[in-house]
Amino acid sequence: MFEHYLSLFVRAVFVENMALAFFLGMCTFLAISKKVQTALGLGIAVVVVLTITVPVNNLLLHNLLDEGALAWTGIPMLESLDMRFLGLLCYIGVIAALVQILEMGLDRYVPALYNALGIFLPLITVNCAILGASLFMVERHYDFGESVVFGFGSGVGWALAIVLLAAIREKLKYSDVPDGLKGLGITFIVVGLMSLGFMSFAGVQL
Amino acid sequence: MAEAKAKDVLFQPIFNNNPIALQILGICSALAITTTMQTTITMCLAVIFVLTLSNFFISVIRSIVPANIRIIVQMTIITSLVILVDQLLQAFAYEISRQLSVFVGLIITNCIILGRAEAFAMNNPPFLSAVDGFGNALGYSIVLLFVGANRELFGSGSLMGVEILTPVTEGGWYYTNGLMLLPPSAFILIGGFIWLLRVWKSEQVEEEPFKIAPNTRTSEAF
Repeated sequence: MFEHYLSLFVRAVFVENMALAFFLGMCTFLAISKKVQTALGLGIAVVVVLTITVPVNNLLLHNLLDEGALAWTGIPMLESLDMRFLGLLCYIGVIAALVQILEMGLDRYVPALYNALGIFLPLITVNCAILGASLFMVERHYDFGESVVFGFGSGVGWALAIVLLAAIREKLKYSDVPDGLKGLGITFIVVGLMSLGFMSFAGVQL
Repeated sequence: MAEAKAKDVLFQPIFNNNPIALQILGICSALAITTTMQTTITMCLAVIFVLTLSNFFISVIRSIVPANIRIIVQMTIITSLVILVDQLLQAFAYEISRQLSVFVGLIITNCIILGRAEAFAMNNPPFLSAVDGFGNALGYSIVLLFVGANRELFGSGSLMGVEILTPVTEGGWYYTNGLMLLPPSAFILIGGFIWLLRVWKSEQVEEEPFKIAPNTRTSEAF
């Protein structure tokens, strides 16, 4: 059992890295990777939000939306109801609500972390990595335990990728780049090369 | 006058203010689905549909939505449109819908859509907003089609499933470039697209945040 979870975790972090293999969360990934420190703050926020939202969406799917999931109510009309088409609306609602709650909670109890994260916290709602992880969870039929591990793992993978990119971009300032490639262009190519590096994990099996 | 403005709104985003190359919006769901032209075109059509209509509807109700709940209202409109696209694809093009997998749903968090809603549809009349949505979706599609065409042509030697360069495995001469089918090639191709665009329109080149002084000889430094 433990090995199964470990293997899932390693796959989520390295082999199926959210940013480098599935291109999720790219907008924030490219926009907020100029400094290592801010990248690290954002990375931590993403880990926290992913670890909470994926399992919550998992519970929502299995207890409310899935075909026959409403059987526990005992109302015969609801027993065969399939409401999966409402999934998207529910997941994005859960994510927006959780981010908001997290923001208020951190503000009240951990002001230091709240100040460090600043504007990044609300921005996470529209980060595709968060919604993407929930959708992958649905598509791959993860159970509750797996969804906790998967959420945490993909968060760590995304954070790792953005911190690495920020570190490279800090050094990139000293290089002589052709005019047209300056800024965004060269960043794309660097991310491409990083992604190539992460491909080498593809064969890793535990 | 009004007509000229609509034309500007429509054509500006295609090369002059491209959502992907200049505004850094909507890269997320753009890249994973560009391995073949078929999925690319489906994705482009889906985004054109969602962006045009979402901009239109958001603009219609822009003056009656209270400012502090506007994001939720916008998200609800966008999500409903995306659910519509998702259900249509599942009903009429199941194979493509399987290939696109989660990326149809991810149109919701595509930053172009919320970005245009916030930046344009909230302050402009419905018709102009729809035109703006359409133009931005076209700008997005151009980048996607460029990447998709390159990846399919060099990765598997075909376009839209029609063979153009006969690969060696089928007795032809073309050695397929496997890298083109893998994620990294998409990043590098977009980097190349931005380079081409900025060589052509040099005013888009980014300013350097600071200048690096030329090397000084050790003998001069002391």
